[in-house]
Amino acid sequence: MTTLSDGPVLPDGPGHFGRFGGRFMPEALIAPLDEITREWEAAQVDPVFQAELARMLREYANVPSPLYEAHRFSEAAGARILLKREDLNHTGAHKIRNVIGQALLAKRIGKPRCIAETGAGQHGVASATACAYLDLECTVYMGEVDTERQALNVARMRMLGAEVVPVTTGSRTLKDAINEALRDWVTTVDSTHYLFGTAAGPHPFPTMVRELTRGIGDEARAQTLALDGKLPDAVVACVGGGSNAIGMFTAFVDDADVRILGVEAGGDGVETGRHAATITGGQVGVLHGARSFLLQDDDGQTIESHSISAGLDYPGVGPEHAHLADIGRATYRPATDAQAMSAFDLLCKTEGIIPAIESAHALAGALDLARELGPDATILVNLSGRGDKDVHTAAEYFGLLAEGR
Amino acid sequence: MSDSDAGTSRIDELFARTRAENRAALVGYLPAGFPTVERSIRAIATMVENGVDLVEVGLPYSDPVMDGPTIQAAAGAALEAGTKVDDVFEVVRATAGLGVPTVVMTYWNPVERRGVDRFAAQLAEAGGAGLITPDLIPDEGVDWEKASRAHDLDRIYLVAPSSTDERLLMTAEAASGFIYATAVMGVTGQRTETSSLAPELVARIREVTDKPVGVGLGVSNGAQAAEVAAFADAVIVGSALVRCLLDTDDEQQGLDALAALTRELRAGMERP
Repeated sequence: MTTLSDGPVLPDGPGHFGRFGGRFMPEALIAPLDEITREWEAAQVDPVFQAELARMLREYANVPSPLYEAHRFSEAAGARILLKREDLNHTGAHKIRNVIGQALLAKRIGKPRCIAETGAGQHGVASATACAYLDLECTVYMGEVDTERQALNVARMRMLGAEVVPVTTGSRTLKDAINEALRDWVTTVDSTHYLFGTAAGPHPFPTMVRELTRGIGDEARAQTLALDGKLPDAVVACVGGGSNAIGMFTAFVDDADVRILGVEAGGDGVETGRHAATITGGQVGVLHGARSFLLQDDDGQTIESHSISAGLDYPGVGPEHAHLADIGRATYRPATDAQAMSAFDLLCKTEGIIPAIESAHALAGALDLARELGPDATILVNLSGRGDKDVHTAAEYFGLLAEGR
Repeated sequence: MSDSDAGTSRIDELFARTRAENRAALVGYLPAGFPTVERSIRAIATMVENGVDLVEVGLPYSDPVMDGPTIQAAAGAALEAGTKVDDVFEVVRATAGLGVPTVVMTYWNPVERRGVDRFAAQLAEAGGAGLITPDLIPDEGVDWEKASRAHDLDRIYLVAPSSTDERLLMTAEAASGFIYATAVMGVTGQRTETSSLAPELVARIREVTDKPVGVGLGVSNGAQAAEVAAFADAVIVGSALVRCLLDTDDEQQGLDALAALTRELRAGMERP
């Protein structure tokens, strides 16, 4: 559990982080959510479950991921940059930590089927992977627009044995995939676990996903101490729903001297209205089961988000991030598509690492922070995923596919 | 009932009357603004003229997780046509003006966005009798409890076959007007058979409260309505009524179908 040095243990019993979080869900799903909460709390203190999860992460997911000092990137940045290499995990991102944990929990509860939502397809691929690994049936809901943009990931999920259902309702993107998954869940909950992909949604998902991803920060904190004998000056992660960021931040929340920076997707710029910077540019509201910040109009209708990064392209954000912003423990800033892609390019050229475009937002935030903090500063960045999935988007962005360029 | 529920609402009066008449009340749902604000007002008037006892005005919302394809389609079209929350209040005003108790069915964020007390004040001013809140549970309902009491509105909460006895009791105590029992585990939409779970759920609710119980989800014709009317205080119909309007672009044809279905459903309310 996260504690703030002088504050209460969060969340409270019904899942509130300050004025955020909670459960805004149909009553039909409250009993199943209570069941998950109960089983999750039992699993947390069950040494057999914990040993099994640790073994799977170690043997199968390649966790713990290394900490890497990015010398050439640091030189260009003007401060010392350490990268937590979540891009080296199986399936190429931090998400494997969450899905293995939840799939194992589904087995424990006795649910033979998992459903998941996905935007770009990363959580869908990770879910399909964990379900294949643990012999669970898997259905992935994906907005029709996204199935067209990410045809390769659709093929990957199907290769792994998952059923992919294109969602044709609403804006036909991630938020509608979540709506459709919830409609499936309310109908099939006796046999089905909703393998939710980020640290958002109704209690206990924000807490459970935090605890499943907090290894990122716990490992990185110990690795930094081992390397330097001291903590970093700042930690940085990108924030869409916020699972990789809360996984990184949790270990550092009580370290008052460590600055915490979450980088949101600024899209074309927050001032243009075409962005996914929920904390920077949204207002308090309720979406997908929790109170948090969200992009909405004057009537409370959700506004579609925009980002070059499909994984950050979500109009909501996890409630604990809203709380950390609210109490001033963490700072959230936007990086535009252009800033993220510039950082993407820099990491490729200086380190030979192609980052996920999501993670490139964190790199852009780190470059910004490096200018503020100067050459003596050490900045720990969560490189949450690798960019193989983004090659097409990036190649188009940089004009690398066009004839004669 | 707690002390503060001592006042009698228009919904309480309705159920006192239908209980005296030994019949169930017919609750009809239509979304505001579908296909236009004016036409939704006329459609609701048609339902009322043909026997609906209580009107549920749907507030179209961008992310309706409890709704199946029919209501999604109609509410989505209403949003695309530019329906605003203020329009919903206009539909409530017109409906309440017909003398029928009128509630708004809304997901929670539009209420919270406007401000819970302000929303309640505007709903009351338009003549509304309460709110049905599919994604607000009493656990999160402190502000709504306060606002609804301040503006004499009923709090119609949902219960489900999965609700524990403890939650049934808690929800029944927090609710006023009636309790909305969802007959199946699922979303709104027509089903070919009535739910086998509904009678048991209603019986479980009866053990913890004498407040009226309405049953919704999946009721679409007179025979199903009659089955449910035998054990529930109210039969709630939505998708089947919406379907009458979705199936045709011709307003009169839609209203004729709506009138015919409403009469069929209403006939099922009488208990033998």
